[in-house]
Amino acid sequence: MARGMVIIGAGECGGRAALALRELGYDGPVTLVGDEPHLPYERPPLSKEAMVSEAPEIKAIASDAILAEKSIRHIHSVQAVAIDRAAHAVSLSDGSALPYDKLLLATGSTPRKLPMPGLGPRCVYLRTFTDALAIRAHLTAGNRIAVIGGGFIGLELAAAARKLGAAVIVIEAQPRILMRGVPAEIAQIIHDAHVAEGVDILCGDGIASIADDGNEVRITLVGGQEISADLAVIGIGAVPVTGLAAEAGLAIDNGVAVDAELRSSDPDILAAGDCCSFPLAVYGGRRVRLEAWRNAQEQGALAARNMLGAGEAHAAVPWFWSDQYGLSLQIAGLSDEGRSTVRRDLGDGAFILFHLAEDGRLVAASGIGPGNAVARDIRLAEMLIGKRAKPAPEALGSQAVKLKSLLAA
Amino acid sequence: MSDWVEACATGDIDEEDVMRFDHGGRTFAIYRSPDDEFFATDGLCTHEKVHLADGLVMDDIIECPKHNGRFNYKTGDARGAPVCVNLKTYPVKVDAGKVLIQIG
Ligand SMILES: Cc1cc2nc3c(=O)[nH]c(=O)nc-3n(C[C@H](O)[C@H](O)[C@H](O)COP(=O)(O)OP(=O)(O)OC[C@H]3O[C@@H](n4cnc5c(N)ncnc54)[C@H](O)[C@@H]3O)c2cc1C
Ligand code: FES
Repeated sequence: MARGMVIIGAGECGGRAALALRELGYDGPVTLVGDEPHLPYERPPLSKEAMVSEAPEIKAIASDAILAEKSIRHIHSVQAVAIDRAAHAVSLSDGSALPYDKLLLATGSTPRKLPMPGLGPRCVYLRTFTDALAIRAHLTAGNRIAVIGGGFIGLELAAAARKLGAAVIVIEAQPRILMRGVPAEIAQIIHDAHVAEGVDILCGDGIASIADDGNEVRITLVGGQEISADLAVIGIGAVPVTGLAAEAGLAIDNGVAVDAELRSSDPDILAAGDCCSFPLAVYGGRRVRLEAWRNAQEQGALAARNMLGAGEAHAAVPWFWSDQYGLSLQIAGLSDEGRSTVRRDLGDGAFILFHLAEDGRLVAASGIGPGNAVARDIRLAEMLIGKRAKPAPEALGSQAVKLKSLLAA
Repeated sequence: MSDWVEACATGDIDEEDVMRFDHGGRTFAIYRSPDDEFFATDGLCTHEKVHLADGLVMDDIIECPKHNGRFNYKTGDARGAPVCVNLKTYPVKVDAGKVLIQIG
């Protein structure tokens, strides 16, 4: 008799994997275990639409009705605490145990903690819907919000806070915002947009100390500057959730280490989404860990296929987006693979930077512009990257040449 | 009711491309397929109400510009995550170089 498929982590990846198992026709037991109290939901709106909404709501990946219709058992508010690999069973925090044929770890990532004394109740992180509700309550006109870390989540939150009339300061230790993965030219545009909306951005200064007395947070920078805030939101990156895997003796390498088919060092245990590191075929098997929504989706679906024996290798090109004010940024590929860039202007201030490797291969494309101005060309660039194309730089740079025509070449 | 509305001229859309059309407070997307047929759907993606006219048309698929949700624009079928609700389609006819859609 089938023990069935067990998925730990009911987030983007786990939720998609469960649905995919059913779409693929699997008819054994499917159990989705999550420690959050909610249905599987999408996180990106938490720092965007939901954060400015009067009454934030969960954007569920699957409703209770869909889960019931597809006979997906969703156990919420319960943590998986141990994996018995020999017995093929997972034990849960409610004392029960779940047998599995194949196990998928989709445990995601969790905010990197600021390693500093003095943090208190007004120093918070943003990862879950519960976090978002708590932060939302502080985003009122005149309230002072300090965002620690100039990464995507912090900047999106800064934009939301401004929209609601809060006073916002962003503190970034690096010389500029978005140091990781975003070209300086594009980061500058985002920087300028924030400044134009009234956000204070302080770069190149670290935090010396923090004191939170429960009413106010006082932040002292290394340079001596003092900042008082009603709330400090810390967004200094995320770390993969690997405790369960590590205790079970699975190989860990900046995440649960999996092969191209998303198998961990135990072939009956797969890992996917934010929690895993995997070889990226498009860059010759470079091991990466992505914190990106579409990746979580795609790997969830791929894991489902491979749990059912497809033996399919991951082949996608990384893709990421962010929205701040009226601007959308989209990045296909990893820009640090590039050695030179070619710029293509699309009108209305929108442009794309194409990143080329030494040998002329297109390895990434970063675009920014109002609305969805860069979407189509970024998508075409993604396909060119996937094909390992070496398009002529002049063609990439010229608006007169349609990118679609380069795909056929 | 056969209220046919003129949306555009056939030459306004390239082959394998899409265009926005607004009418009576509603918004639509008009497509020209690679084999030179015209189609029409609701303009907004069923995931987060983003206009599909900025999206990419490949064969009979329109891809949403926001999060790459996919639909078959000929049938309106949602083709996988994150979209799960189908897109409404509308009858289209071409008459004397004009593309007409029937908005019921
Ligand atoms: C505020 C915010 C905004 C974002 N915006 C964007 C964006 O604009 N674009 C983009 O591409 N990406 C964005 N992301 C990233 C994207 O949401 C993630 O990449 C995606 O959610 C990863 O999915 P996942 O399923 O791997 O992990 P998660 O969504 O984190 O889900 C993992 C789940 O597993 C649970 N879990 C962990 N351990 C256990 C256990 N032992 N037992 C039971 N449950 C467990 C966790 O609590 C969590 O619910 C954003 C993320 C956040 C937080
Ligand atoms: S709005 Fe279309 S896929 Fe999200």
